[in-house]
Amino acid sequence: MNELVTFDKVTCRYGKEPVLVNVDLGVSEGDFVGIVGPSGSGKTTLLRAIAGVVRPIAGHIHRDRGATVGYVPQVETVNWYFPVTVREAVMMSRIDGRVVPWASERDRHDADDVLDRLGIGDLGDRHIRELSGGQQQRVFVARAMLRRPKLLLMDEPTSGVDVRTRHDVMHLIHELHHDGLAIVLTTHDLNGIAAHLPKLVCLNREVIAVGRPQEVITPDVLERTYGAPLEVLSHGGMPVVVEHYPEIEEVERKVVPLREGHHGHPA
Amino acid sequence: MDTLLEPFRYEFFRNALVVATMAGALCGLVGVYVVLRGMSYVGHGLSHAIFGAAIAFYAVGISFLLGGAIGGLVSAVLILLIARRRSIGADAAIGVITSAAFAVGIVILTGIGTFTRDLNAALFGNVLGVTPADVAAVAVVTLATGLTVFLRYRQLLFTTFDPEVAEVSGVSTAANDVVLAVMLTALITVCMNVLGVTLIAAMLVIPPVIGRLLTDSFHRMLWISVVVGTFSGFVGVYISYYLDWPSGPAVVITAALQFAIAYGISAVRRSRLPEAAIDAHVG
Repeated sequence: MNELVTFDKVTCRYGKEPVLVNVDLGVSEGDFVGIVGPSGSGKTTLLRAIAGVVRPIAGHIHRDRGATVGYVPQVETVNWYFPVTVREAVMMSRIDGRVVPWASERDRHDADDVLDRLGIGDLGDRHIRELSGGQQQRVFVARAMLRRPKLLLMDEPTSGVDVRTRHDVMHLIHELHHDGLAIVLTTHDLNGIAAHLPKLVCLNREVIAVGRPQEVITPDVLERTYGAPLEVLSHGGMPVVVEHYPEIEEVERKVVPLREGHHGHPA
Repeated sequence: MDTLLEPFRYEFFRNALVVATMAGALCGLVGVYVVLRGMSYVGHGLSHAIFGAAIAFYAVGISFLLGGAIGGLVSAVLILLIARRRSIGADAAIGVITSAAFAVGIVILTGIGTFTRDLNAALFGNVLGVTPADVAAVAVVTLATGLTVFLRYRQLLFTTFDPEVAEVSGVSTAANDVVLAVMLTALITVCMNVLGVTLIAAMLVIPPVIGRLLTDSFHRMLWISVVVGTFSGFVGVYISYYLDWPSGPAVVITAALQFAIAYGISAVRRSRLPEAAIDAHVG
C-alpha cells in the first residue's frame, strides 16, 4: 500500500512545552488507525501534524503529494449558534479556484451527492443545531468528504454522544473505510471504539506502542500510556479494559449494608 | 410632498445622505464578521484607539484620516500579537492598548489646545458637516470592502466559523485575520466624522444582530445586516433634519428601533417552534 503520511522522529511543541517527542508513524492507503492516550497526551496535535498545520521542530514529515486530507473536528468545539445551514456548512470546504461567493452548478451537485450518500440529503436547508447527534457528525464528515480526501482525520468522533449515536457514527466510519478511505481517529473510548479498530497507536507525548488491539491493549502498555494500573480481560477474543476505583468501592461496601438496614431495601 | 423633498435641495444634505447610507451598509457588512467572532468590543476599542491616534498625528501636522488609519492598524496588530501570546486574554489586550491610545490622544488634545476639527463630530458624528473628501473616502472604503468580501466570501466564512479546520483545508486564517483588521480599521477611520467614534460600535453590532435574530442562514444574515445598516443610515439622517437631532444618534436610534421589532418577531417565532428547535435560535 502507498504511504500517505510518514513521520520520522518528529518532535512538535507549543511554546516551550514539547507535545510530541520522537514520533515515528506511517499511515498508508486503506489504513484505519485509532490514537488513544490520556488528555494532554498529544492526540489532537498528532492529527494536526498529519494534516500539516503543526510543523515539527525536529524530525521530518513526508506527505504524498496527492494525499488530500479531510478533517472532522470534535463536535463539542463547534459553535452551534453560528448561522449556517447544513448546505452552507458543507459548501465551506469548496474554496479552491472559485472567486465568486455563490456555488456553481457542479458544487451544488457534488454537495447534494455527498449529503445523499451520508443519508442527510433532505436536511440541507436546516440549521446545524436542529439535527440529532449522529446527523451533526455527518454534516462535518460531509464537509470533509467534499474535498475528495484520501485520508480522513477525525478528532474524537464519538465524544459526548449516546450509545446509539456512537453506533451510528462508527457504522458510518466503517462504511467510509470500506469505500477505500484511509481513516485516523482519536478516541478516549477503549472498549467501545478502540478495541474494534484494526490498528491502534498508544500515545503519551511519545508513541508507547503500535499494533492490533489484542497486541497493545495490555496492562503493561496501558500503564505506560495512562500512568495508572488497568486490568484487561478477554471477551470473545476482544480485550476489555476494566477500571477499578478501590477507595470508592471500599466506601460503598461500608455504606450499602447500612442503607439496607435502615430502609429495608437496597438504596 | 414639497416638505418631504425639501432637504434634498441642499447639497450638504444630499452629501450627508449618501455618506451615511454608505457608512450604514459598510458597518452592516463588516459587523457580521465582528459579531460572529465575538469581537464586538474590538469595534468599540479600535474606534477609541483610532480617535486618539488621529489627534496625536494631527498635532504633528499629519492628516487626521491618515493618522487614524495608522493608529488603528498598529493597535489591531498589537492586539493580535498580545492575544496570540496568551499571557493575557484578547479582551484585556484590547482594553489596554485602545484605552492607552485614547488617553494619549486626549492628553495631546489638551496640550495643543488649538484643535480645529470639530471634536463633537469625531465623538458623536455630524454628517451635515462632511466634506467631499469624506464622501470620497467612505465611497472608496465601501467599494473596496464590498469587493474584498465578494472575492473572499468563502474563506472569510470558513475562518469565522471554524478556523482550525479552515487552516487544515488550506485557508490562510492569519491572512483573513489581517484582512478583517484592515477592513475594520478603514471603516472606523472613514466613518469617524459620520457616525462618531462612540456610535460606530453600535452600528457594527445592531444590524448583524438583527440579521441573526431573523435567520439561521449566513448569507441571508449578511444581506439583512447590510440592508438594515443602509436603511438606518438613510432614514436616520433624513429624520435628523426634521427633528434637529445629531446625525449619529439618529442613525443608531433608527437601527435600535428595528432591533426591537426584530426581537419581537423572533420572540413570536420562538413561541411557535417545537421545544427541540428553540435552542437553534438566538434570542
